[in-house]
Amino acid sequence: MKSAVLVFPGSNCDRDLAVAIETVTGRAPAMVWHRESELPQGTDFIAIPGGFSYGDYLRSGAMAARSPIMQAVAEAAGKGVPVLGVCNGFQVLTEAGLLPGALMRNAGLHFVCRSVGLKVENSQSIFTSAYQAGEEISIPVAHHDGNYQADAETLDRLDGEGRVAFRYTGEVNGSARNIAGILNSAGNVLGMMPHPERALEPAHGNTDGRRLFEGLLEAVS
Amino acid sequence: MKARVFVTLKPGVLDPQGKAIHHALEGLGFGGVQDVRAGKLIELDLADGTSDADIEAMCKKLLANTVIENFRIERQAA
Repeated sequence: MKSAVLVFPGSNCDRDLAVAIETVTGRAPAMVWHRESELPQGTDFIAIPGGFSYGDYLRSGAMAARSPIMQAVAEAAGKGVPVLGVCNGFQVLTEAGLLPGALMRNAGLHFVCRSVGLKVENSQSIFTSAYQAGEEISIPVAHHDGNYQADAETLDRLDGEGRVAFRYTGEVNGSARNIAGILNSAGNVLGMMPHPERALEPAHGNTDGRRLFEGLLEAVS
Repeated sequence: MKARVFVTLKPGVLDPQGKAIHHALEGLGFGGVQDVRAGKLIELDLADGTSDADIEAMCKKLLANTVIENFRIERQAA
């Protein structure tokens, strides 16, 4: 699998994500700076990391979503290339219009940094095929703006089309319908606030995130 | 030429920051506050001849996230 990890000024989970991808796929991803206008030839997986791109100025993910590389990401996504956005990456994907809704300030106003329970709602996607539908897993979150909001019609559509990939099993940040991660309509773009790359090895204390990358590797190769 | 762009949360969108400000005002003894909504004011210094359509495009493309926010443009007399 030929992966690419985007890097914005202020990204801080890019190396964690790269290590996770290399550990599972056996191949180090290309690190692609936001000023690039093209992805490496033959990229078949794009990961947008967590962090605080552009210092979260204006709105989390707003500046990054308008950076040159995102045009290439939108084109690749349109052709079916899998795109995973984690945390700030999820915010970038909503700001770029590749996923619906918006991520707002946590309802409790606090930065939330802990492991949270997640229910796998959809095990049919390329990202979640290694999980069982309805399975409960634990993945760490670390965010200030993870409160997912969309209008009722959009939320109904996400639910009806099986596009909610993960739901929090308890209250975390005020997200509508406890949504933790969603898919686009084609199923090749996933945005999620929890960090699967931080639950990869026994030394992390939890390996529940590993299967996301394993399932994806199997789906792509 | 200057313009001011007011970005506000759409009605019905929960505003945790506004709520926190409201609570803080109450904590200071200001009892008459019914509700607080926080927004942003963005001041633009523009080349003469910048059209309304240009400013509106700036708002839609970047300054506001129209999923959750409304914007209002106020041109200022030179």
